[in-house]
Amino acid sequence: MSEFFDEMFNGDGSLRGPYEEIGRWFNTEDASRLRAKQREAEEVFRLTGITFNVYGKAEAEERLIPFDIVPRVISAREWQRLERGIEQRVRAINAFLHDIYHRQEIVRAGRVPAEMIAGNEAFLPQMLGVSPPGQVYTHIVGVDLVRTGPDEFFVLEDNARTPSGVSYMLENRETMLKMFPELFSATNVRNVSDYPRNLRRSLAACAPACADGEPTVALLTPGIYNSAYYEHAFLADQMAVELVEGHDLRVVDGRVCMRTTRGYTPIDVLYRRVDDGFLDPLNFDPDSALGVPGILDVYRAGGITIANAPGTGIADDKAIYSYMPEIVEFYTGEKPLLQNVPTWRCSDPESLSFVLDNLSDLVVKEVHGSGGYGMLIGPTANKKEISAFRAKLKLRPANYIAQPTLSLSTVPIFSRSGLAPRHVDLRPFVLVSPEGINITPGGLTRVALKKGSLVVNSSQGGGTKDTWVLED
Amino acid sequence: MLGKTAGGLFWMSRYLERAENAARLLETGQRMALTRTNNSAEEWGSVLKTAGVLDGYLAKYDEVAKDNAIDWMLRDADNPSSIRSVIKLARDNARLVRTALTHDVWSAVNSTWMQIDEGMKRRVNERDLPGTLELIRQQAALVRGATLGTMLRNDIFDFTRIGTFVERADNTGRILDVKYYVLLPTAFSVGSSLDNIQWESILRSVGAGGGYRMTHGQKTRPSDIAQFLILDQRMPRSLHFCCRKIQENLSYLKKDYGFAGPSCEASNTLFEKYLDLRISDVFESGLHEYIQDFLTDLGNLSRQIEIDYRFYE
Repeated sequence: MSEFFDEMFNGDGSLRGPYEEIGRWFNTEDASRLRAKQREAEEVFRLTGITFNVYGKAEAEERLIPFDIVPRVISAREWQRLERGIEQRVRAINAFLHDIYHRQEIVRAGRVPAEMIAGNEAFLPQMLGVSPPGQVYTHIVGVDLVRTGPDEFFVLEDNARTPSGVSYMLENRETMLKMFPELFSATNVRNVSDYPRNLRRSLAACAPACADGEPTVALLTPGIYNSAYYEHAFLADQMAVELVEGHDLRVVDGRVCMRTTRGYTPIDVLYRRVDDGFLDPLNFDPDSALGVPGILDVYRAGGITIANAPGTGIADDKAIYSYMPEIVEFYTGEKPLLQNVPTWRCSDPESLSFVLDNLSDLVVKEVHGSGGYGMLIGPTANKKEISAFRAKLKLRPANYIAQPTLSLSTVPIFSRSGLAPRHVDLRPFVLVSPEGINITPGGLTRVALKKGSLVVNSSQGGGTKDTWVLED
Repeated sequence: MLGKTAGGLFWMSRYLERAENAARLLETGQRMALTRTNNSAEEWGSVLKTAGVLDGYLAKYDEVAKDNAIDWMLRDADNPSSIRSVIKLARDNARLVRTALTHDVWSAVNSTWMQIDEGMKRRVNERDLPGTLELIRQQAALVRGATLGTMLRNDIFDFTRIGTFVERADNTGRILDVKYYVLLPTAFSVGSSLDNIQWESILRSVGAGGGYRMTHGQKTRPSDIAQFLILDQRMPRSLHFCCRKIQENLSYLKKDYGFAGPSCEASNTLFEKYLDLRISDVFESGLHEYIQDFLTDLGNLSRQIEIDYRFYE
């Protein structure tokens, strides 16, 4: 018996409900044919250029994110619950952002300490008093969920800056449709392919008042060497909008304009995949070549919508994360439908001493880190790693939070020796506009390919799966 | 369309065309070296010169030798115009303008890079050279086929075509620039077997042996070769053909955009000045001067296109 909850098989080896079709199908398939299909899929990914660049490696090394052909299935009932919880959380995040850049009621009410806001790197004083069009701060959110049992879902992280991975959700589905059409005829899987259309519509709905006619949307990328460039090009292509870089843009007559073959054309909504700090060399990092000098001034004057709004990073900061239950309650007046993972803030001396005493059982993360870099996974770390981390933790305790090691659920992958359980997480994608909140039924399932590993990040050897949400 | 995108399309096509031309030059060089027993170094020197990579080569190697020349042109990372470097640049530009390309064109360019990168990890020995060059030509044909078969005929297509034909005109011009003396009507060229080899190698290096025979029959005459490469209207690598295409595509852009920069007029001038004449006029004014002036004016036209359509800031 496994100590982990497996989403496909019950403890007695029988199939769980949502996986009945998949299980039946798998048993009738020939392993060598599946293996050939798996190789075929990787070839398609490589040719299409669905790769990511690895930082710190030789110039522009491009790698594939391994794709596993066994889909991850979520029942209609499970999804409805998740959907309600995600919507509640995303509403609260937007209300929170509006509040902290205006009256800061939540601080006045003593629910979040003032220093958590003012002293936070991700807090942008330039955004104080600014109201983005439609009051939307996080146009696109990716909520990272983990599961520990049939009904136990937790939010591991909110990605409120520039969540990535949605192209994998779409390409994984395309690949599965091409390889196993018969599977889709036998099951009622909800469609995800509307995402680019919904994204464009959602962005256009947030256009500034000065937009004339159909809003001009553009996607800002750091360029072809960025790790997520494929996704930027993919989304721009699918939305039929221009893919721009900083040097394509300049401020002309109070508008941000792109240099076209016919002259400079104003942009109404800029979906930026560039971090806050690089957005505007006049207002932030003066050395940034990725941004547009003066764009923040245009933004503040209502000349352009930036999605996500500058300064949203404070909402996915890991220290703020620990206040999310309070934040949800404060703005919605309801109990949170989705649970947080219990979190110790190491800035608090009592928590710190508990964390230091229990390092080998805990996961410790940097407050501002992402991508699985700079974290300690106590149970799999050796003595040397733990003592090195202990020193770092003591030096800058406020830079860390700690969480218990969760018993992440598993879904089988198709390994060399057949089906083998591996740990997974789930990132659904959420669009926010004045028209409402739209959650694509599906998401990105990341899977730790190494046996026993709990780290699903692609930069650390994780893979992906197609994610199926079933129709009722 | 973004100015940057126009520039990316233009350069993607130039680099792809350059790779294909370099492959053809290498093929010819290799053949010349095999047919002629003496002085293969001189022949390889002339191949390097035609490809515009001789100076770089001599900065790295002391003397011209077959194996080094092939490696330099094929895959040396120090040579920005080696076939491998140029295909990498083409692919980088294709990534830059990914949203302007059809899936078919993008995967053709991407698979070209993947195969070249894989095939050129190590030095390519003489035995494998023909196969490698064939691969390059096939991939170039694949990209061209995908471009013609799947792309909309809009400004995206126009910039792609302009890039192709600027590069191709430049390449044919360079071949003539390096080999012009072979084509001069002097008392010495009496059609010796040496002359025949030289003449055929010129035709071969623009892949025009068959086309020439169809047009001019079996007899290889230097003035007919010059006529064919410079003024023939149907030969897709002649200066006439390439400049006509540049002119046409710039006029499509003019119609599409409702305005034109100086480059549109410059392409008309280029055509009238160099191509609206007879081959005897070319020889009278001096073949070498003619080619050199043409290459200079073509370079200026290319730069004017970059300015007119805002490729760069």
